[in-house]
Amino acid sequence: MPGILERKLADGEFVVTAEIGPPKSADPGDFLKKARMVKGCADAYNVTDNQTATVRMSSLAGCVLCLSEGMEPIMQITCRDRNRLAIQSDVLGAAALGVRNVLCLSGDHQSFGNQPGAKNVYDIDSTQELMVLDRMRAKGELWGGERLAKAPDLFLGAAANPFGEPAEMHMIRLAKKIAAGARFIQTQAIFDVDLFERWLGHAEREGVTDGASVIAGIIPLKSYAAAKHIAEGVPGTFVPDRVLERMSSAADESAEGMRIAAETIEAVRGMAGVSGIHVMPIYWYSGVRPLLETTGLLG
Amino acid sequence: MIVGTRKPFEEIIALLGEPVGNRILVLGCDSCMAVSLASGEAEVKELIDELREHSDALGLGWEFEGRTLKRQCERKYEERVSELIDGSDAVVSLGCGVGAQMLSENFPLANVVPAINTSNMGAPEARGIFKEKCMGCGDCTIHRTAGVCVLARCSKALQNGPCGGTTDGKCEIDPETDCAWATIYDSLKRRGRLDDVRGLVPPKDWSRSHSGGVRTVRVG
Ligand code: SF4
Ligand code: SF4
Repeated sequence: MPGILERKLADGEFVVTAEIGPPKSADPGDFLKKARMVKGCADAYNVTDNQTATVRMSSLAGCVLCLSEGMEPIMQITCRDRNRLAIQSDVLGAAALGVRNVLCLSGDHQSFGNQPGAKNVYDIDSTQELMVLDRMRAKGELWGGERLAKAPDLFLGAAANPFGEPAEMHMIRLAKKIAAGARFIQTQAIFDVDLFERWLGHAEREGVTDGASVIAGIIPLKSYAAAKHIAEGVPGTFVPDRVLERMSSAADESAEGMRIAAETIEAVRGMAGVSGIHVMPIYWYSGVRPLLETTGLLG
Repeated sequence: MIVGTRKPFEEIIALLGEPVGNRILVLGCDSCMAVSLASGEAEVKELIDELREHSDALGLGWEFEGRTLKRQCERKYEERVSELIDGSDAVVSLGCGVGAQMLSENFPLANVVPAINTSNMGAPEARGIFKEKCMGCGDCTIHRTAGVCVLARCSKALQNGPCGGTTDGKCEIDPETDCAWATIYDSLKRRGRLDDVRGLVPPKDWSRSHSGGVRTVRVG
């Protein structure tokens, strides 16, 4: 039976997903504290996989904790830390525990995180990860052809960077991800709505997004410092100068950040090719609920 | 070619330790490491000069010989200096990791001190600038990507296209490193051959790379 995310997207409902970054902790309570701050705000919850290459509680554990709270998880799996053996085995295990949404990612390079001396894996890339998992799902086979006693019931997603250059090359890769099995696409955070709309138009003209639902990335900026950090330190995120200026000159920075996020949500909601929003609170979990309240997306 | 750099002097001194005698042979190589500006005659002389200064300053009384072999990784060239090697208390190798290993292998009693950090298979792009090009995967597929190796030149070995981190043609790991996929795009676009990268590339069979275990190549 399909999950909430898949069902709502199939029904053409506007969806909300929210990201939860697991803690650097072995205490489930530390994960649940964050999870409960956003509980009820979204249809499904992305649990990140050692995001920015920083060791944290595993995505699978976070997903299971989400399930225990009645929250539908989206398990993120990067190709940086796992080879095809580990990915297939983790997905079988995750599916056995009730996880069905999987977001396939390349992962940030380990030089960004707290284990810069680590050896990365990159046995397969995120497109190939989709191919492998989609074969498990659709054919009930492992990569290589062996039959599974039971195929995992998966809803597969991928990431896209609407601001990546060269744009044409990024579009080709996105088309491949969808051909490989991605059914939903979560984008990087959008701070330039016009640029995003142009990208969306391009994607639609190319027929790229026919096979998958686009979920637009939103980061509510808590402060000017946070905006600067995201602009400079988060790979693949583009924050235009006018957004940085708005944040730096605002009397109340978090209120301004909230306004910018709400305006972005309003704008993308009006775009025909957008099926939902994906809120990445970074360190501002308490901001998610008020943001969705102002935009009328709660409940 | 194989690209490498000489280790810092202090590290070489530390690796040398206290040789049981005072006869030090510095062995260069006239192939890749010479192109890498690390092991030609000039670099052999340079290292000897530094070592001599150190020895003089500490009154160690070291004596030096220096030679540059055509290829340090081949026994026949090593054998041409076998007497020197046998008569030395330490052989400081300015060959790549292969050259230094072959010295140890062919002269089991020699005290070989590796003085090079071997880095990659690459090529000089300007004087003193060497860029990685190949990681020896054993199954070359660069025809798919405008002759650019994504395994060696993309920091994540992505085979189906660029990651979200590329900025202005540069790799997310640092603004000095070209993004392989930006290079591929420019090249294919120029030739009107973008279709080359539209097809799905399935997971690679890495069994012919080091992942398949230590490799032996047999020819003929
Ligand atoms: S595809 Fe393999 S053999 Fe060819 S350049 Fe790359 S690493 Fe070397
Ligand atoms: S920026 Fe380019 S070269 Fe660097 S990891 Fe991403 S795709 Fe590969």
